[in-house]
Amino acid sequence: MQGALTSPVDWHAIAPELVLTAFACLVLVVDLFLAERAKWLAMPLSAIGVLATGAATLSLVGSERTTLSGSYEIDAFALLLKGLFCVIGFIVLAISFDYFRSGIRYQGEYYFLLLCSLLGGLVMSSARDLVTIFIAIELISVPGFIMTGLRKGDPKSNEASLKFFLFGVLSTAVMLYGMSLIYGLSGGATRLDRIREAIDGSGNEPLVMLSVFFVVVGFGFKISAVPFHFWAPDTYEGAPSPVAAFLSTASKIGGFVGLLVLMFKAFPEVADIWRPVFAVLATLTMTVGNLIALKQRHIIRLLAYSGIAQSGYILVALALIDPSSPGVSRQALESALVYIAIYAVMDLGAFAAAVAYARRGGTYFIDDYAGLWQRSPVLATLLTGFLLSLAGAPPMAGAWAKLFVFLATINAQVYWLAVVMGVNAVIAAWYYLAVVKRMFFEAPELEGPVEVPYFLRAVMGVAALALLVVFIYPPVITELAERSIL
Amino acid sequence: MNDLPFLDLTLFLPLVGALVMVLIPKRWEALLRLAALVVTTATFVASLGVLASFESGTPGFQQVTELSWIPEWGIGYITGVDGVSLWMIMLTTFLMPLCILTSWTIKTQVKPYFILLLTLETGMLGVFSSLDMFLFYVFWEAVLVPMYFLIGMWGHGRRVYAAMKFFLFTLAGSLFMLLSILYLYFASQGSAAAPTFDYRSLVGTPLALEVQILLFLGFFASFAVKVPLVPLHTWLPDAHTEAPTAGSVMLAAVLLKMGAYGLIRFGIAFFPDAARLLAPAIIALAIVGILYGALIAIVQHDVKRLVAYSSVAHLGFVVLGLFVGTIQGMSGGILQMLNHGLSTGALFLLVGALYDRRHTREISEFGGLARSVPVLAGIFLIVVLSSLGLPGLNGFAGEFLVLLATYQSYGWWVIPATFGIVLAAIYLLWAYQRVFHGAVSIEANRNLEDFRMREYVMFVPLVALIVAIGVYPKPFLERIEPSAKQIVRQLNDASVIPETRGLAEAP
Repeated sequence: MQGALTSPVDWHAIAPELVLTAFACLVLVVDLFLAERAKWLAMPLSAIGVLATGAATLSLVGSERTTLSGSYEIDAFALLLKGLFCVIGFIVLAISFDYFRSGIRYQGEYYFLLLCSLLGGLVMSSARDLVTIFIAIELISVPGFIMTGLRKGDPKSNEASLKFFLFGVLSTAVMLYGMSLIYGLSGGATRLDRIREAIDGSGNEPLVMLSVFFVVVGFGFKISAVPFHFWAPDTYEGAPSPVAAFLSTASKIGGFVGLLVLMFKAFPEVADIWRPVFAVLATLTMTVGNLIALKQRHIIRLLAYSGIAQSGYILVALALIDPSSPGVSRQALESALVYIAIYAVMDLGAFAAAVAYARRGGTYFIDDYAGLWQRSPVLATLLTGFLLSLAGAPPMAGAWAKLFVFLATINAQVYWLAVVMGVNAVIAAWYYLAVVKRMFFEAPELEGPVEVPYFLRAVMGVAALALLVVFIYPPVITELAERSIL
Repeated sequence: MNDLPFLDLTLFLPLVGALVMVLIPKRWEALLRLAALVVTTATFVASLGVLASFESGTPGFQQVTELSWIPEWGIGYITGVDGVSLWMIMLTTFLMPLCILTSWTIKTQVKPYFILLLTLETGMLGVFSSLDMFLFYVFWEAVLVPMYFLIGMWGHGRRVYAAMKFFLFTLAGSLFMLLSILYLYFASQGSAAAPTFDYRSLVGTPLALEVQILLFLGFFASFAVKVPLVPLHTWLPDAHTEAPTAGSVMLAAVLLKMGAYGLIRFGIAFFPDAARLLAPAIIALAIVGILYGALIAIVQHDVKRLVAYSSVAHLGFVVLGLFVGTIQGMSGGILQMLNHGLSTGALFLLVGALYDRRHTREISEFGGLARSVPVLAGIFLIVVLSSLGLPGLNGFAGEFLVLLATYQSYGWWVIPATFGIVLAAIYLLWAYQRVFHGAVSIEANRNLEDFRMREYVMFVPLVALIVAIGVYPKPFLERIEPSAKQIVRQLNDASVIPETRGLAEAP
């Protein structure tokens, strides 16, 4: 760590983060000088910032470099995820615009916090050091606490924020405790590759197991894996809906990235110890998430539980890692990356449609989706596309996401987990279809057309089209993922 | 002639048509109907190209197209046709224009309706022509979605319940199939250089008997739901009854055949030992289905539900033929798939025609219709007779072959199966009598309009084909037989358990 402060910094390597930081500060400052009616200008400014960050990320494509004494790595894996975070950021901005412009104050602050949290995601993608990973996860979470409570007048928002905060702090404490144990075990190393060397054959397996366990529990809260998921539905419901969309994608994916990097870079040698833990976590997460989702009547809560269940499929990849057969591990990681990327787009799409509907002539209650097809064919079709994708049905990319996880599972010969996933896919189909059923097969109870803003409509359309294209020609994403494994 | 890729043209014409129709404004309903009719007719013409270039007498796949899709996973776009799939493809393309015509009476949400029907057609054709397991699975699943919407949005009565039940039953079955497919994929790694989803390389993958049985059951779970075999049939009466007419026709004529087709193509070809070992149990299920379906059909008071249950019985004959293990049985079963598609498809179309006139399907609401709609009654009679297997009409040839083969291989098992034909005569003729004969007791039945031009256009080719297959089945059978022979050989010559080899051939 001492070296990090004195060694030369590769500025180009951290250009995306620098650009985003600059724009975050710019948004905060510009907001001060804007009149109340012009506050919405913070959003286009943020969007430009995200696009610029994306451009900076693109400029790094093809290069493999490390900086900050090896604790910060730019490789295909990091770039793919940075790109994904930019996409998520852009879509969340699109969802936020209409929502925040018409109702809540603090627009400038909100966009500032959103960009900060997004910055955490970018840092996480490159972090190859315990301290950096910790900073990244906190950078993602802390703005999230505040964003969740932005609807100050609403007790639910306050409750959501407080719950999120308490659970978040608790998980941080547990994670830090685990990390401190690792720090001690490895003789003071924080870089993941050094930790790996130190742990390999050290003979301290019970202690390693304990520390890994603490870290996994800490991350378990961040990715809302069962049984650490209790905060998520309440928080999503109480938070401003665009924030919920952000939490269920960017924040969750940030947690997954940290977990993947840690497990692959620091602890692959002791995979036999933690693999079963992830198998159990994945099973619980999928099954409990799906079963509770069946009873939900509020679309955001439904998406929250569906998001929990979807996390289970990503966790499966971690339950397949096998250091003795690199082919299996490679495929597992690849399937996780494909899943993460597709999940982000389809989940955001569903959130976008839900927010658009609730803002423009509807509510968040699933019963009120009755006959949406007749009120707004475009919105109903788009939402159906996203929901089918989440359910894993053709013709959307979600089908491939699930298939690749199945493929990796069968390849690893963990057949029972494949059966668990199969049963869960059927349960999940039920509640996704329940929404589709309302929209298409029932007569409308609410009146009037639903006018979705053109910008949001365009973003949703592009997202749906992307899912369709990936379904027709999956190499678009699979080849990226193949090149981007750790 | 072979230069044109007729098969792929047939496969994607409906989808392209559907995409074009998205651009037509929804107010122009007449144009939308016409476009759907033109597209499906063009698809039928293209499929005639497939038929014309088909060389009878060879068992293997013809008109194969191979393109790479996801090379790193061994997934390709591979399509082809053989004697098993040829008539299924022809049946689909032949019935689709008729379904479009019968849907002329659809007045609500015309645009999505026809787009979904066309999408459905591509899905069904894809199932029958895929030679890559992944491609097959994608099409298999893709069929679900449009059918779900067709039942749910344009169906009758308990349409929502029926649509959900249909979707979930099928999905649950197909996930077990997926697991089996993926296992097979990795098992192929030993024999070929890299694992592959290519059907032609996967056939003959050596598998231990226990593995075969498990994987067979995985596929069977999916296909038995689709066929359906008792006790997995409960989605069928609901879906068939509540679907709009075109949906019912497609469900009965094509979707059920997807299950039977899968049993032949994958169940038997991949896992011959397991198929041979489990054949008696499956045959027992098939016979139970024949009797159960027929008995339940007798007591129905809804014509459409009656036809739906008759499908359970008829598909029992198909499965019986596929698993008795002789060439007659296999050929008869495959021919029966085609026959059931035509006869039951026609029955659903006729029930739809009745419904359009009286807006009811209750048998007690009809009576004496032969006086007011003599042509409809006449056509109905021909179709009923073909469905119950009258010699000279199409149903006879297939059922006769199946029963003959059953007798040769399984002896007295043929008795309950034959009894199913008697029951079919009872429920069909009894229903016919109550609907068309007797006194006109309800005034509304007195002055009904008989066939219109549109309906003549629908039923004349259908009846012609029903008679043609009945009188002269040779051109149909001679295209089926080489492939049937090959599959039966696979079934009987597989090697893991030699002591049961040839069991089916020796009565």
